[in-house]
Amino acid sequence: MVKRFGDREALRGVSFEAQAGELVAVIGPNGAGKTTLLSILAGIQGADGGEVETGDGAVGWVPQQAALYRRLTVEENLMLFARLEKHEDPGRSVAEMLELTGLGDRRGEIVARLSGGNQQRINIAIGLLSRPGVLLLDEPSVGLDPRQRARLWDFVAGLAGRGTTVIFSTHDIQEAERYGNRMLVLADGEALFDGSADELREAVRTEAPEAADRDFETAFVAYLHHRGH
Amino acid sequence: MRWLLLKDLQILRRSPLQAVLLVAYPVLIAVLVGLAVSRGPEKPRVALLNEVPTNARVSLSGKKLPSANVQRRICAKVECVHVGSRDEAMAKVESGDVLAALILPEDLVNKINSLSTLSPGTPKVEVLVNESDPLKASMVDDKIEALLAQANLTLAKRIAVEGGRYLNLVIRGGNLPVLGGGVHILGLQASAHILEAIEPALPNGPLKVALSQVTEFAKQAGENLDIAGPLINRLAQPITVEKVAVGGSSPPLETFAIAVAATLTLAFVAVLLVAGSLALEREENAFPRLTRGLVSSEALLGEKVLLGIVVGLVVTILMLAGLTIFVPLEWSRVGLWLAAIVVGGASLAAAGSALGAAAREVRAVSLLAFMVTLPVAFLSLVPAGTVGRGLYDVIKVITALFPFKPALEAMTSALEAGNGGIGAPLLHLAILAVAYALIARLALRRFTRV
Repeated sequence: MVKRFGDREALRGVSFEAQAGELVAVIGPNGAGKTTLLSILAGIQGADGGEVETGDGAVGWVPQQAALYRRLTVEENLMLFARLEKHEDPGRSVAEMLELTGLGDRRGEIVARLSGGNQQRINIAIGLLSRPGVLLLDEPSVGLDPRQRARLWDFVAGLAGRGTTVIFSTHDIQEAERYGNRMLVLADGEALFDGSADELREAVRTEAPEAADRDFETAFVAYLHHRGH
Repeated sequence: MRWLLLKDLQILRRSPLQAVLLVAYPVLIAVLVGLAVSRGPEKPRVALLNEVPTNARVSLSGKKLPSANVQRRICAKVECVHVGSRDEAMAKVESGDVLAALILPEDLVNKINSLSTLSPGTPKVEVLVNESDPLKASMVDDKIEALLAQANLTLAKRIAVEGGRYLNLVIRGGNLPVLGGGVHILGLQASAHILEAIEPALPNGPLKVALSQVTEFAKQAGENLDIAGPLINRLAQPITVEKVAVGGSSPPLETFAIAVAATLTLAFVAVLLVAGSLALEREENAFPRLTRGLVSSEALLGEKVLLGIVVGLVVTILMLAGLTIFVPLEWSRVGLWLAAIVVGGASLAAAGSALGAAAREVRAVSLLAFMVTLPVAFLSLVPAGTVGRGLYDVIKVITALFPFKPALEAMTSALEAGNGGIGAPLLHLAILAVAYALIARLALRRFTRV
């Protein structure tokens, strides 16, 4: 995948593959190209080079900031998008999503009154209404407290367990290590690493041995530094 | 599209302030316009101190003229508050109870009567004004000047009539009533006839020559003074106005006022609602999600324009219905009203969508919509001839580029027959709707940036 904004190259030949039920964490510092990569995968913007191939099912996209109508209720939001997705029985789809998100008892509540975590669950539920084979989550846990974060990742892990491929971006290396099966490290639009957390630790030990005994985040920063970023 | 429309109406329902404004605004406009067009302007309250004796009359050459009822005429133009003294008048002006005080002094009639004597005085009336408010002071000046001009005119007419009567007596002769009796006036014309009859009987000589000169004078004076009569009558009102309408058919003021109110309501509802609603799609981050295969940008724009038409139609019809409390409207022309509202609403909504797409943030959009709509509406009401030609040409171009003026023209035509055809303004609106929709579509490209 190649993407340019004027003279700046936001993505420089990034290529990867993800399997059904896999949780792929796209990590990197701010400006690495994580959101650009996910938005191209989602079809929000086109690439200047390369192509995206998907298997069965649509690609669901959950933007970083909740894309919801805050003055509508939880149910009205889900119903609107279910109707726009042309579901045969939108009511049933909404009921399914309410059960999946555990927000059935708050279905009539105005979204603006929900916590950030619950808004994010609705945000993800809307992304799931297209019954996607691949779900793209752009920094899904930003702004959530630790408890909301844990509930969110339980929810996402459940989706992956049912066979949905989840690709999420984050700049939190520990979150990526904890919840991702695989890590795709981006820096300045370049893919530096693609593998498991253990493989990344090994790469850090090899390329930045002076930081190998420090915590993972510090070692990761040293690794990026050694790679010229 | 219908689900998006339903969603926008749900959001509108959940925004009480916005919904109240959308309903309250046209109701307020309807009531204000209704009151303005159905009632005359309130008369200003003026304190009146009339110290002129009730039996005093303006007289001409010793003859009293009939009462001109100046006080009654003044009180027909303003709401007179009769006061008993100058101090009371002053207190009422100072307290703001009255706009001004008019004092007719005791010697007013005597001073007027002295105008026809060898030692004429200057008749004066006194006006007390509280000049703390410049607007009020200017209004009082205008009102009092108009009242005095009218009083002077009335007086001048009476004097002219009496003067003409005396002149006629001098020319043609007749009876001059004096002290209950009468004095016969021979008149110039009869004098000339008598002198002409006597002249042949006189022997030739200096006396006959002198009599001939007197006879000639009497004849010429009798004939030429005849033309002085109409001149004296014209003196009271030397200029009369003959109004000729050249081209154009202006609608009655009531119809125009209603059309302005309806178009203003439609413009604010359509432009603000559509611009805000489109910007909200971006602020809620919903735009990329919607246009990711669920709806096209064109369909989204279409939905917003439809929203503007639907809400604009309901609110404007409500407003017109409210106005029928004050002034009768031709409900038989409701089909034309609907055409004007729907096409006008579509064009204004398209302009709103262009503003919403360009400004992108709801607050900025609201400000921009007000900043564009209000001045354009104001400029659309500037009549030709009230500003310089070059400036008016600029105003014409500006107002032709925004849908308010053609919407106003369409509404005026729709409300009453004889106010010009509706076809041209509708075509103008349709062209603007397409142009603004294209601008909005181009501006929406910036919405997609993540």
